[in-house]
Amino acid sequence: MPVVRIPTPLRPHTDGQDSVESTGTTVGEVLGNVGTKYPALKERIFDDAGELRRFVNVYLNNEDIRYLDDLATAVAANDEVSIIPAVAGG
Amino acid sequence: MADELVQGMKCRLCGKLYPKEPLNFCTDDFGPLEVVYNYEAVAKTLTRSAIQSRPNTIWRYRELMPIDGEPTVGIHVGGTPLVKADRLAKALGIKELYIKNDAVNHPTLSFKDRVVAVALSKAVEFGFTTVGCASTGNLAGSVAANASAAGLESYVLIPDNLEQGKVLGAQIYGAKVVAVTGNYDQVNRLCSQIAFRYGWGFVNVNLRPFYAEGSKSMGFEIAEALGWRTPDHVVVPMAGGSLIGKIYKAFKEFELLGLLNGPVQTKMFGAQATGCNPITNTVKTEANKVRPVRNPNTIAKSLAIGDPADGFFASKLMRETGGWAEDVDDDSIIDGMKLLAETEGIFTETAGGVTLAVTKKLIEQGKINRDGSTVICITGNGLKTQEALLGHMPKLTAISPTLVDFEALVGAAPAAELADATV
Repeated sequence: MPVVRIPTPLRPHTDGQDSVESTGTTVGEVLGNVGTKYPALKERIFDDAGELRRFVNVYLNNEDIRYLDDLATAVAANDEVSIIPAVAGG
Repeated sequence: MADELVQGMKCRLCGKLYPKEPLNFCTDDFGPLEVVYNYEAVAKTLTRSAIQSRPNTIWRYRELMPIDGEPTVGIHVGGTPLVKADRLAKALGIKELYIKNDAVNHPTLSFKDRVVAVALSKAVEFGFTTVGCASTGNLAGSVAANASAAGLESYVLIPDNLEQGKVLGAQIYGAKVVAVTGNYDQVNRLCSQIAFRYGWGFVNVNLRPFYAEGSKSMGFEIAEALGWRTPDHVVVPMAGGSLIGKIYKAFKEFELLGLLNGPVQTKMFGAQATGCNPITNTVKTEANKVRPVRNPNTIAKSLAIGDPADGFFASKLMRETGGWAEDVDDDSIIDGMKLLAETEGIFTETAGGVTLAVTKKLIEQGKINRDGSTVICITGNGLKTQEALLGHMPKLTAISPTLVDFEALVGAAPAAELADATV
């Protein structure tokens, strides 16, 4: 099953787990299914319109999904989806 | 406490308040956190005469720097010259021009010494003993140097294609320099994961709200040096896009505290290389979202951030102040470096070439008014990016130590001087 990596400051919303297994064939489905299990996490990464928030970056393995197919990016069973705060660097 | 100068942090999106802690983003919406000051308390002690009585470093604006105790790292940082650049102004066809020259900042010759002094002073307050950063080069050297001087262990992560001067210029201080395959954005993502996992103080990750405030000192110094006024235009290089916003914030804070002779009417201009132009592209296309650049490709490696954290706010600022943004190709960058060196005797790195060349372009476009006052921010030193100049300078052919050979090279000496020489 694909695994979703949770940034440390958001782990209180996933019972302290640093990664959570999920299901789905796209990044959007995988994150959506994690969000169903942990609603507090979902509202933090998606806005009211269901879009990723402006300062949330999502990676499939080592690639930013904006360079792939965004939330429609296909996910395989052993893939890793990482949620990374965008406000860093420079 | 009510009279504390630094009250905490606040999310720039939702306004949620946070205590002073090593955290860079809002845990509700991932928005950037910004330090909150008690300006009434600041105004009690931060007067013009108080500032002028203090040493010429960033700490003369101590009340607007986000630390609680006395600074412990980077005591001598800042106070760089604001050079009135008349020869360059003439070459560019404008009236009043200044170079803010952070190529001679202490101790590592870039503006990053400002932010690192603040971030590491704060890191010490938080009790960190290991610090680090993701860097395009200048920050690497500054974190390494300032950490070693403060007795802190440092981890400096860089892309594996940086200039030799920047790599050696970090290693010499005993920092653990980690080269990462890939570009800066990949290094940055790794650092976001490392900082919280290891509990280290990464200056531009978990310490970022404090770190970024250090950049304000460049704006304070410009306004003070101009006689407590702000210029009509400021041109700033952009990598992550933070500096341009902090310079403007500095102007507005001085205005709020009544330290200026007039209102802030400065237009902010941003400069990038065409090979990595996510922010200038956002401004020029009037887009609402910053489209990241996947594979930055420019000799201005210190500006090669494809996914700039502050791109959104920087774009907004340039629009709101009536400024603009431009980008230039690699040949123009070299021309810009040469022009600054040949007119003002200042050797800047490639990023400075970007800023110079963009300024020229903006003047030609009429975006920068030729009659107004303009400040160009030079943020790094050319000695660190010498590779970029290889092949761009005349090849030297040695002569024998004879007058005959010398005259063959430069031509015969004028007759009058020959006569004097025989006396």
